[in-house]
Amino acid sequence: MNNRLIRFTNLSKIFFGISLAIMLIGLICNIIFGTQLDIQFSGGSYLSYSYVGNIDKNALDDVIQESTKAKVTTTVSSNILSNTDTQDAYTVKVQFAGTKAITPDEQSNLTKALVKAYPDAKFKVEESKAIESTMGFKFLMKCLAAVAIACVLMVFYVTIRFRRIGGLSAGVMALVALFHDVFVIYFMYVIFQMPIDSNFIAVVLMILGYSLNDTIVIYDRVREERRKMGSKEEIGYVFDYSATKVIKRTICTSITTLVAIGTVLVVSIVFNISSVTSFALPMMIGIISGCYSSICIAGPLWVIWQRYKKKTGKA
Amino acid sequence: MKRIPKPVFFIVAILILLFSYTAIFGVSYYTGDVKHTVLKGITDIRWGIDIQGGVEATFVPADDVDATDKQLDSAKAIIETRMISSGITDYELYTDSGTDSIIVRFPWKEDEKDFNAQKAIEEISTTAKLTFRPGNSYETTEMGSDGNPVYKTPKDDTAEILMDGSAVDSATSGPSQEEAGQFVVNLELTSEGAKTFAEITEKYNGQIVSIWMDDEMLSAPTIKNVITDGKAVISGNFDAESSATLANQIEGGALPFALKTLSYGEISPTLGENSLIAMAYAGIIAIILIALFMIFMYRLPGLVAVIALLGQVGLSIAAISRYFTVFNSFTMTLPGIAGIILSIGMGVDANIITAERIKEEFKAGKTLDGAIDRGTKNSLSAIIDGNMTVIIVSIILLLVFGSTNILSFIFGASTTGTIYAFGYTLLMGVISNFIMGVFFSRVMLKSVCGIKAVRRKGLFGGGKNNE
Repeated sequence: MNNRLIRFTNLSKIFFGISLAIMLIGLICNIIFGTQLDIQFSGGSYLSYSYVGNIDKNALDDVIQESTKAKVTTTVSSNILSNTDTQDAYTVKVQFAGTKAITPDEQSNLTKALVKAYPDAKFKVEESKAIESTMGFKFLMKCLAAVAIACVLMVFYVTIRFRRIGGLSAGVMALVALFHDVFVIYFMYVIFQMPIDSNFIAVVLMILGYSLNDTIVIYDRVREERRKMGSKEEIGYVFDYSATKVIKRTICTSITTLVAIGTVLVVSIVFNISSVTSFALPMMIGIISGCYSSICIAGPLWVIWQRYKKKTGKA
Repeated sequence: MKRIPKPVFFIVAILILLFSYTAIFGVSYYTGDVKHTVLKGITDIRWGIDIQGGVEATFVPADDVDATDKQLDSAKAIIETRMISSGITDYELYTDSGTDSIIVRFPWKEDEKDFNAQKAIEEISTTAKLTFRPGNSYETTEMGSDGNPVYKTPKDDTAEILMDGSAVDSATSGPSQEEAGQFVVNLELTSEGAKTFAEITEKYNGQIVSIWMDDEMLSAPTIKNVITDGKAVISGNFDAESSATLANQIEGGALPFALKTLSYGEISPTLGENSLIAMAYAGIIAIILIALFMIFMYRLPGLVAVIALLGQVGLSIAAISRYFTVFNSFTMTLPGIAGIILSIGMGVDANIITAERIKEEFKAGKTLDGAIDRGTKNSLSAIIDGNMTVIIVSIILLLVFGSTNILSFIFGASTTGTIYAFGYTLLMGVISNFIMGVFFSRVMLKSVCGIKAVRRKGLFGGGKNNE
């Protein structure tokens, strides 16, 4: 890479435009499609069937999912106390997310599909129940509390460590970039109609850490160049120079992480483990978003804040 | 630059590789069919329900009791406390108010020997009603597993209940003051309870008052004097473990109704049967791809980074497999794996930042030693700040989602094992990153650049010409 300067700050209007457009599309989709919550959050109902003989779990999953429009999760359990030939040897539990009860039509469709696919397995409805959410409102509040505490401490840390380059503004803008990434992941779940489950929480947590690291690396370079160039140099130039220097590192790091997660994605598709696929895909999007938001959102916003401060300070 | 002696590179590299090998594969030997594990490896990790599956039990109130929603909730809260105190932090707990059932799930595999799932289910579901009764009459005697008789079912005078577990403020287990090697449960009564207990000890002074847990008589001491300070001791036939279990049960409180186990069975991994094998494949392929990328992009610093990376993987795994026995047992879930991926990403990043900096210094016309010196120095602050902020996040997660957490006073004692796992692996991973990706990686780099055969800028990402 030669030493050509990329003028990120001049392009900031385009970057902000792109991000706002993504947010807008996501918001519209959210209004149209709504948000799907997984059974862990929303509660829901389940049907359980007993059957005999060993059936491949992944194939069974597919048969069940195809028979209904609702998003279902299945778990197979084998009874330790009885042998494999009796009726109660295996149970498959099909969970329907959402507060609606299972209609008789849905139940009979599912039963028909199972009997058709596995004529010898003697599928029999054992019970049909409604269950409460395990990770309900209380869990959500706890997550928000945790995120709030972490955010306050993080802004505090950045403010102290980067006080030479206007610490508080750096901390707040890093936070804006983090919210940007969380919303991108959230809208991704909405647009692809994936239910919000504990995977979502894991992805968000990981991307928060990842994006924050990206932002810090750039701030660090700005801090260093600022020291070298002196405070007379125009702040936009300092940032563009630093970002240009750092961008190769950001791209290389993102590539290695994308390669690692991409491998997880490919393997999970090959092994047909849909829950891991729904974990790896949003994570890849999140990494791209995290890398983008650090350079194109947090940085330019910070420059705007600094320029504004300088202007009002002089006036 | 202070150069580090050449052999250091080889010693550090060999030690790291050796450590990672033992951390990943473990060290064990067989005498006959019995496996002796010297060092725990990846196969000794306790995996969560999502990856490995577990057991599921459904409880309903015994004797056709129709429980109210409030009773069901309090039963759920008590079961939750009991699971945490018996070390199960990765449970799922549902209630169904329609059928009054409570469903519990936690990870377990069939051949697991350190942990008895059936016993755990029994401990979780006992009513745990502590009672103080006059006299020591009983209906039946059974032989306990340790050969001592166990007296069961109150009758005649013991049918009367003088005081129950609600009078207890706290219960702790400790060694007996009177008999060496014996353990007792110390009870601290509430002010109300202390008053009642003083009345009881006055009325029954010189007589026997027996202490019962559900249907079983724990001890039957003779009251020797009036006790007014609200302190009572349950001595009986306890060892450290059984007294701790009893103390936890008393402290957790009694269930509002007796439970019976409706069903008890094994469940399949929620992520699908092959998820563990798939994860293993993905891990191996990802590490190979990252290694190729790093060596292709950064040559010698890339190779050093790969060795450090393997060390970091080894340390992260060691922190969850109980390779170091000081760490408590820990359950690995999918978010836990996400934590490892993130920390390894940060480790690779630390090396990339350094290698890029070294390249930059070459461009500025520095010599080999000068470039490595300045490159490592200039990149340190970015790495430290990046990792520190992630450490802050992971510590907050551990504090908020641990079993006794800083938000207990608002949300009650509960744990969300999946997120706790993320915080734990992330924290351990980032610490490993400081040790391997920052410290050892730099030691190796400064040592290897002293070897004549590799003293070429090209190998460090500089221009083609020799120094």
